[in-house]
Amino acid sequence: MATANAAAVNLPDDPNVRGDVVLDEPVAGREPLVRGQHDFHSVTEMVCRVNEVPLKKTPMPFVFGTLLASAVFAMFGGYIGYLIWVGPGIWGNNNPVGWAWDIVNFVFWVGIGHAGTLISAILYLFRQKWRTSINRYAEAMTIFAVLAASSCVALHTGRVWMDYYLFPLPNQMGLWPNFRSPLEWDVFAVNTYLIVSLLFWYTGMVPDFATLRDRATVKWRQLFYGVLALGWRGSMRHWVTYEKAYQILAAFSAPLVLSVHTIVSFDFAVSQLPGWHTTIFPPYFVAGAIFSGFAMVQTLMLPARHWLGLKDLVTVKHIENMNKVILLTGSLVGYAYAMEFFVAAYSGNQYESFTFINRATGPYWWSYWIMLSCNVVTPQLFWFRKIRTSVGWSFVLSIFVNIGMWFERFVITVTSLHRDALVSSWDYFVPVTEALYLLGTFGLFFTLFLLFIRFFPVIAMSEVKGVMPQANPHWSGYDKKGHHAPAHAAVEEVHP
Amino acid sequence: MAQIFPRWANQTPTLGMVGTLVGGAVAAFAVYWWASPYNTDVGYKPKQPIPYSHKLHAGDMQIDCRYCHAYVERGPHAGVPPTQVCMNCHQQVKKDSPNLAKLRESWAEGKGDKSIPWVRIHKVPDFAYFNHSAHMGFGVGENRAAIGCESCHGRIDTMVEVRQSQPLSMSWCIECHSDPAPQLRPLDAITKMGWKGDLAWNEKAHAIAATLHPPGNLSGAGKLNADGKLETYASAGCNGCHR
Repeated sequence: MATANAAAVNLPDDPNVRGDVVLDEPVAGREPLVRGQHDFHSVTEMVCRVNEVPLKKTPMPFVFGTLLASAVFAMFGGYIGYLIWVGPGIWGNNNPVGWAWDIVNFVFWVGIGHAGTLISAILYLFRQKWRTSINRYAEAMTIFAVLAASSCVALHTGRVWMDYYLFPLPNQMGLWPNFRSPLEWDVFAVNTYLIVSLLFWYTGMVPDFATLRDRATVKWRQLFYGVLALGWRGSMRHWVTYEKAYQILAAFSAPLVLSVHTIVSFDFAVSQLPGWHTTIFPPYFVAGAIFSGFAMVQTLMLPARHWLGLKDLVTVKHIENMNKVILLTGSLVGYAYAMEFFVAAYSGNQYESFTFINRATGPYWWSYWIMLSCNVVTPQLFWFRKIRTSVGWSFVLSIFVNIGMWFERFVITVTSLHRDALVSSWDYFVPVTEALYLLGTFGLFFTLFLLFIRFFPVIAMSEVKGVMPQANPHWSGYDKKGHHAPAHAAVEEVHP
Repeated sequence: MAQIFPRWANQTPTLGMVGTLVGGAVAAFAVYWWASPYNTDVGYKPKQPIPYSHKLHAGDMQIDCRYCHAYVERGPHAGVPPTQVCMNCHQQVKKDSPNLAKLRESWAEGKGDKSIPWVRIHKVPDFAYFNHSAHMGFGVGENRAAIGCESCHGRIDTMVEVRQSQPLSMSWCIECHSDPAPQLRPLDAITKMGWKGDLAWNEKAHAIAATLHPPGNLSGAGKLNADGKLETYASAGCNGCHR
């Protein structure tokens, strides 16, 4: 059967070109998830090579990239100090626009985090095997994105040193946070998300850490990966426990994909403001979050697979699948934009109508049209197979989606606020130092991400091996192209 | 392959988990216990310039609190008695006692112009407005009641040296402000020590408490009630104390 699989699909040697799917063989005719002639060992080699470069031989572009990212991160540190010292007056926020880039950046980053959990948990529960090549990446991205988001939301409070009030800590004043406020639900939603994602990410990495530990040739790497591997020996009992733990964590995470951004949307939807007070917000935000998250995975993954030499593992099939998710969620987001206008018109509520017409034609018309063209028009290009299987197009369009999704949050937050109930309060929000704020969160994100690439296994090796034909007990050797089968497989063939 | 870690490393997960649980519990308890005003403030008993015994004066000799703390029913501060009040008696009683040397010294300096530097024990922060007189009688007509001295200051009549007996923390204030009934007493029992209401009074106290504030939700107070009256007294709201 597995032989038929390899034979049924005509695979070009270039991993950037899709193989032909044989439609009359729905299972066997599928394109394999790992391209090229790989066995378990070569997969290990391919992934570990990135981590096993000696420290002093770290490639120069990587060193410069990390230095650049950490310089921006350091700038962010200084900016945070400035923010704490002077206060949020260094932003353009003022009545009536009390929320601006602080919340825009928060929602932007939290949204990006959603792809990781979707890929790791929901696709896992639905047995989508193609997730294995990209889930580690996406989960790391989730965690760093949630950290970037937390930095935004923790810093926008003004009195940063009072942030512990966010948590219901028993105190001598008998004071508790307002549990009826969606902002408080947000604290719990985001923290739950961070903890569960972190556990999920780490649990999945334990077997791979053990691989790196066993291959380590220097003491520090043995100790570093040895501690992280938690004494993993790869015994059957370990695997059983691991699979159980992974499944439980996946079950925990799956509802979070929907709940976290739903609660983020409540920050707006529970208020009474036209433009915010809409029941469509939860599904609309979740679709948008997955949309932006997948775009960010593409943005990060496409260069990385090129530079790290992972094209055989992250194939054009993976890219195409993700583009399909982007197309779906992008269309959902476009539908939500249309529905907002429809409801504004259908409700007959003049304030609601005004808000939406003002979005498209008012002083912030440019942000609305950037959002609309980036989020609604660009993903529709993925209907074309040529475009969605093209690495270059995917990268460019993913950048557009990232820009568009940032502007979506800007449009929702700022345009709804700048036209207050009293005409005398109307104002035009102009950012002051906020660009450094957004840049700084990118510094935080990329510093962590580059360190992750350097020291952690970027592909879930053990899981990828599980979806290779070699993992099939009935597998009987390589395809017609003449590569020899590994010894154990040959034995299996003789004694089935 | 040689072992990377020594044998004891096998114990680290167990020890780590137990340590985290125990350490976390100990840390939580330590903060809860030692950082709480129940521990940091209660029992504060500074040395006073004159070894004045409340047990002797208020306990054994039954001098009314208000003889010395005269403004308690009229003003925000109960008042610390000036030297003259002490000398009302001590011109005659124990006038040569060595313990009263500082009192006589203060009296000699231009008839009490130089105050005795008593050390203050009960103190709420500057941002919390407290008024003694508001607690010494509230409610209207039949429903008049007060808080007794001992509710906040403890059994002064048994203290040789006064110590702080209650934490004076915000949650301690709120505890009574959300459920004042157990602390209410008739106006003529304000200064009585060890006073306990009978069954009839306890029932009345609950009725009075009900007139003082709607139950719960301190932060919602300061609004108008159903009769269009501003809620005051026990449900003064945040700005009752933080003005």
